[in-house]
Amino acid sequence: MAIVELKDVVKNYGGKGSDAADNAVDSFNLTTKDGEFIVLVGPSGCGKTTTMRMIAGLENISGGTISIDGRDVSQVAPKDRDIAMVFQSYALYPHMSVFENMAFALRLKKLPDAEITARVQEAAKVLDIAHLLERKPRALSGGQRQRVALGRAIVRQPQVFLMDEPLSNLDAKLRVDMRAEIVKLHRKLAVTTFYVTHDQVEAMTMGQRIVVMLNGKIQQIDTPQRLYEWPANIFVAGFIGTPSMNFLRGKVGADKRSVANEHFNLTLTGARGGALAAHAGTEAIVGIRPEHLSYLAPNDPIAENVLSGVVEVVEPLGSVTMIQVQVGPYRVTAQIESHLTVAMGEPIRLRCQTDKLQVFDATSEQSLLQAPAAS
Amino acid sequence: MKDRTIGGILLTALAYFVALVMFFPILWMLLTAFKTEQNAFTIDPHFLFVPTLDSFRVALEQGSGYLHYALNSVVSAVVSTLVGLLLAIPAAYAMAFFPTKRTDFTLVWMVSTKFIPAVGVLIPIYLVYKQLGLLDNLAGLTLLFTAMNMPLLVWMVYSYFKDIPKDLVEAADIDGATTLQTMRKVILPLALPGIASAGLLALILAWNESFWSLTMTDHTAATLAVYIASFKSAEGLFWAKMSAASVLTVAPIIVLGWFAQRQMVRGLTFGAVK
Amino acid sequence: MSSPAVAVPSRGKPAKANLSGAPVRRLLAPAVIFMFVWMIVPLVMTLYYAFRRYNLMMPEVTGFAGITNFKLMFTDPTFWDSLINTLVLVGASLVITVSVGLGLAILFNRTFAGRGVARTLAIAPFFVMPVVTGLIWKNMLFHPVYGLLAWVFRHLGLNPIDWLAQYPMLSIIIMVSWEWIPFALLILLTGLQSLPEDQIEAVRLDGANRWQEFRHIVVPHLGQVLYVVVMLESIFFLTSFAEIYTTTSGGPGTATTNLPYYIYQSAFFQYDIGISSAAAIGAVILANIFSIFLIRFVAGNLNTGSRR
Repeated sequence: MAIVELKDVVKNYGGKGSDAADNAVDSFNLTTKDGEFIVLVGPSGCGKTTTMRMIAGLENISGGTISIDGRDVSQVAPKDRDIAMVFQSYALYPHMSVFENMAFALRLKKLPDAEITARVQEAAKVLDIAHLLERKPRALSGGQRQRVALGRAIVRQPQVFLMDEPLSNLDAKLRVDMRAEIVKLHRKLAVTTFYVTHDQVEAMTMGQRIVVMLNGKIQQIDTPQRLYEWPANIFVAGFIGTPSMNFLRGKVGADKRSVANEHFNLTLTGARGGALAAHAGTEAIVGIRPEHLSYLAPNDPIAENVLSGVVEVVEPLGSVTMIQVQVGPYRVTAQIESHLTVAMGEPIRLRCQTDKLQVFDATSEQSLLQAPAAS
Repeated sequence: MKDRTIGGILLTALAYFVALVMFFPILWMLLTAFKTEQNAFTIDPHFLFVPTLDSFRVALEQGSGYLHYALNSVVSAVVSTLVGLLLAIPAAYAMAFFPTKRTDFTLVWMVSTKFIPAVGVLIPIYLVYKQLGLLDNLAGLTLLFTAMNMPLLVWMVYSYFKDIPKDLVEAADIDGATTLQTMRKVILPLALPGIASAGLLALILAWNESFWSLTMTDHTAATLAVYIASFKSAEGLFWAKMSAASVLTVAPIIVLGWFAQRQMVRGLTFGAVK
Repeated sequence: MSSPAVAVPSRGKPAKANLSGAPVRRLLAPAVIFMFVWMIVPLVMTLYYAFRRYNLMMPEVTGFAGITNFKLMFTDPTFWDSLINTLVLVGASLVITVSVGLGLAILFNRTFAGRGVARTLAIAPFFVMPVVTGLIWKNMLFHPVYGLLAWVFRHLGLNPIDWLAQYPMLSIIIMVSWEWIPFALLILLTGLQSLPEDQIEAVRLDGANRWQEFRHIVVPHLGQVLYVVVMLESIFFLTSFAEIYTTTSGGPGTATTNLPYYIYQSAFFQYDIGISSAAAIGAVILANIFSIFLIRFVAGNLNTGSRR
């Protein structure tokens, strides 16, 4: 268990004439809590795996420091950092049995045989692979290999776990099961964990805090709930949540509460009400999540904060129905109740839940809202 | 999908015939080795005869020196292969798993030394060896074989290492293994079949080598190639003995070579043909 | 050979040793130094000798020779003979091995009972020590009286030929080809077998006939393989030595003296280090003409085979 601190960490692969703009990871700052589960998420090439590999020591850092429990490990070899890593490919040693795979690190540490056996069997029991210990990795299913890879990490009893997209090679159902199991395992062991994924659902369901990255830069570090409610910029807003948030471009009105153009006029309410005070006349982008739009019956008198358009696509998912509506030049996705029958080509009105709206500066793409202080 | 048409049968027959023609000189050598000297040296060749092991006995007897040369061949081929692997494996390991900007250059440079003709370096090596007393010296010859096979070994071992995911090296690294431990406990066991076939090919090439043996050795360090070459002025006197000695020299290599066919293509063409 | 490109880290900081894994330099150094000492240093020394007066019979004559050695070499008719012989040997052996090898590869690419055995027999000559090849052919096959070919000729009612005396170069070419046809066969067969099955099926579905299939799929695919065979064989044929050493010793006259044999004779019989070094430089240049293309090809292929 440990506190991991990354201070101004930079990675630059240093090709000819490279400068800060080419940084694969740029001034990465993060201090974990003891035993925290941190998820690094972002599209491929965003630097999340590089960051993890720098924490592991598999990649040299070009600047900044990394410390584990106050010890600067920036120049320490991976084997002396007291970390364990689960690889995307699992990286099980094909010529060793499951037992030997898990025992390998302990044998290198020259632990007594009795302790090695005890630790491996303990881990195998936790992961439900005790009956597989004599098999070779190639005789295992994908899910079993995944468990062995986890087992190899936990027998080490390291200070930090690193997991690099460990579930991406599993099929969808298994992935959901393993997700829960890794979370359970983390609760039990309470070891500080870094978890890399490109899947925002995985990030949201597993992370205590999530680091959203793009092009080597941290976009936002927050809890899942706050990422959802108070995204720092358009990228985070669009990246978190499925289906993606809808974005409509307009201008902040003179009343400093609304954003409008000829196709819509949306007024912020609730905690968001006063946020636009200083931005009258600013070009802005309004964000609305599909789940914050609802069907409005044609005869309903409500006329404010309504988007009117034509239904283009209807996708019934069973529990809910996803529809795409053409509102002026915008294609808006909305999630409506499944008992409602809407048909393609028909006009439709959608009501916005105005206390959930997001507003971003059109140029900087940063949020114009003030998130309340984290509790 | 077997072809049972007339044309197909003819083509099959042709394939057998060609194979036999290609193999015939070897077969003829084999037959001659089992003849007496009188039977071997006749105007009308004897195809049917009573086989005898006399020629083998003569070839192997004390005075022939066959065993002396054979021992030199075995030592130089085996030791040069082992030394070559000892140098090639770490180099290939570094290049395959820890490539730098210079790796491609180094690898191509290594491969390209294979294409320097031996005559291009013969004279200085001869003169320096003479100075150092390495002429007709088994160690000197063995090192030349090592140099001759090194590009091949580096390349082949490199290509087998490339087939092993780098993740395994990193996993071992994080598990606390030193470079030597990673090599010994993780990588070598996985690449062993490949390394063995690379070694086998190097062994065959060193065994069959004649240019360096003929120019750099005389008797003390002379290999079977030199011994067999000494029959060149025999003019029919010792055909059976020559054949017997040749069979003993060639047979083990042909057998090993049959096992190494597939790897040989990969190795000798430096991966251009797989 | 160009000097190694020096990679400099972009900013002022000295390059840190890689934390993870291997001390790359220490692993590479033994092999690199070994190859440098055994191949590059002698090569440079050869170049140096080529411009020196240096005859082992006249140790008192030393000094810079300028291009004298090359002049002497170029005025030596034996050198020209050896150059022409080398090219004839390479050219003829190439044509024979590649064409016969291709024919055999196509023949052995069919499925038939006992194919493995037949192929194995056909490949065997490649593993025969060249010294043995020379002796077996010279004595038991080519011998004008007791050789098997003489017996065959007599039975056909022809006059037996004294192969090595009457057609020395042809004899050498036959021996070299016998050894190397299996090589061409093996590689071309591997090439044929690695033909992409789906491409063949696609072109058949497109209605191509056998010839079009061969022309548009097999030939382009095999082109690469042929290229490699031609280049590799050229380099090996350029350095043929054992077959000549054990049979004709370069004769009769200079009929079968090739460049390696010429260098060998100049150095070991005339003790002229200068001239033989000059000729050795010539041989290296000749080999480089082929190997430059081959090395480029290998370098281009370097990373295509790997997954990363």
